[in-house]
Amino acid sequence: MASTEKTAGVTGTTAAPQDPDDLAGLEAGLDALDAAQTVRTPLRDTLLRKVLPPVTAVALVLVVWQILVWAEVAPPYKLASPSDVWGEVRAAWLQGTLLDYIWTSVSRGLLGFLLALVIGTPLGLLVARVSFVRAAIGPILSGLQSLPSVAWVPPAVIWLGLNDSMMFAVILLGAVPSIANGLVAGIDQIPPLFLRAGRTLGATGLRGARYIVMPAALPGYVAGLKQGWAFSWRSLMAAEIIASSPDLGVGLGQLLENGRNNSSMPQVFLAILLILCVGIAIDLLIFSPLERRVLRGRGLLVSR
Amino acid sequence: MATTMAGTAEDTTTAAPAARVEHVSKSFPAPGAPGGRQLVLDDITLDVAPGEFVTLLGASGCGKSTLLNLVAGLDRPSAGTIGTDGRPALMFQEHALFPWLTAGKNIELALKLRGVGKPERRQEAERLLELVRLKDAHGKRVHELSGGMRQRVALARALAQDSRLLLMDEPFAALDAITRDVLHEELTRIWRETGLSVLFVTHNVREAVRLAQRVVLLSSRPGRVARQWTVDLPQPRRLEDAAVAELSAEITEELRGEIRRHGQH
Repeated sequence: MASTEKTAGVTGTTAAPQDPDDLAGLEAGLDALDAAQTVRTPLRDTLLRKVLPPVTAVALVLVVWQILVWAEVAPPYKLASPSDVWGEVRAAWLQGTLLDYIWTSVSRGLLGFLLALVIGTPLGLLVARVSFVRAAIGPILSGLQSLPSVAWVPPAVIWLGLNDSMMFAVILLGAVPSIANGLVAGIDQIPPLFLRAGRTLGATGLRGARYIVMPAALPGYVAGLKQGWAFSWRSLMAAEIIASSPDLGVGLGQLLENGRNNSSMPQVFLAILLILCVGIAIDLLIFSPLERRVLRGRGLLVSR
Repeated sequence: MATTMAGTAEDTTTAAPAARVEHVSKSFPAPGAPGGRQLVLDDITLDVAPGEFVTLLGASGCGKSTLLNLVAGLDRPSAGTIGTDGRPALMFQEHALFPWLTAGKNIELALKLRGVGKPERRQEAERLLELVRLKDAHGKRVHELSGGMRQRVALARALAQDSRLLLMDEPFAALDAITRDVLHEELTRIWRETGLSVLFVTHNVREAVRLAQRVVLLSSRPGRVARQWTVDLPQPRRLEDAAVAELSAEITEELRGEIRRHGQH
């Protein structure tokens, strides 16, 4: 084997002087030139670019709505004015029922979603990793996503009666496929290189699933969770609107149905508004920050 | 300066080789080929001595990456045997760092999977980062590092496996020329400091000559050991050295001959 210290045999050139500090300096320079610069945007920019546009849009909608009311395009029992709806909000707030409506539905929705998470996650792992399971139920699981969850309400009422279990069953049938499919997509999109690198590091079997597969699939999984929440919420509203019973308490869906029965357009508008606001709020408070965190950590978030 | 060796490597040391490849062949199913299989590697015999730096050189289709995968244990040979001392470390052309972990945590994961205890992991990761001169990169995310820094973290992660054999699959091919040049120097320094055995795959003749103690030229389709050279030039070498250029020219001529044969039938 050649000795590295041997100098015999060199003709003409002498090797360049190896000054370790010189190489270190060169490297430090290259690193400084090449490394990505990360700058945090100041708060004022965030307000201007993220908060102002949606506030403007909402204000515009209110203005157009009020103009339509003034123009009397429809009789008042069909088109409630913004001030009527606001009066309804105030009344419900003063009676102390507003938060009850919201909490009845949100607690149901979140609990149902958590159940869907507990069932959908292992199911997704099984479908993604066991080819027999994938061939058996993969297509059904994708197909279930396109089935409107309102279709599950009649059978759920017949099987389980008018109670909370029936609501949870409808939520699960809506959300589990989304969560499982999100995880399957996340696992399918893992670059094979990560799996090879994991294997050379000794991450095989369960350790591979824990240290490589699950974290690598996280972006797809979080997207699935987000969609799973949207489906949970929609399923729950369908169930609440159709299945009403005094035992069930008044959630937002029932509020909407009661409004229709009372021919109270302000109440109908109030219910729709609350359903929309809760859906957006949960997404903004829980799922969007979670998704941004995951993507930003991986350098996948391009700030626009 | 450079001497052509016989078909098999001379066994100058009594210690067991870091890698021993004996009469290895590999074929893949191919519907159009005769017998339904395409022969990619044909009867390769190759030893890597402890502490030796060997480059595998060849044109595309010579199966050099396939051979490296076999040595790494990611695939099985169709015939012949491969022996390594423990599981070799492997570095890819892409850095293959996990983007959900910081640079330091990537290294610590390799240590954890090797069974290193939690208290020592952090310290060992810091030491390895210092070895690749990225002392301050422990908390950096992968996307915050430049291409050259990523490959150095990948090298540190490979070293964290504490394997005696480091396999490298064109690890610098995607880097710009200046960065590549610096990393050649860095790899040489680390190789000499650690006494690792290295099997380095490349299609770049100058890179092969600059880094290696022995250059193994593979022929293409199927891959066979065409010729070997011991590179008896002192380290550190530079790409511009006349001696490196001279041997590179000789090897390039041989490589061109190998490629030309494929155009004749």
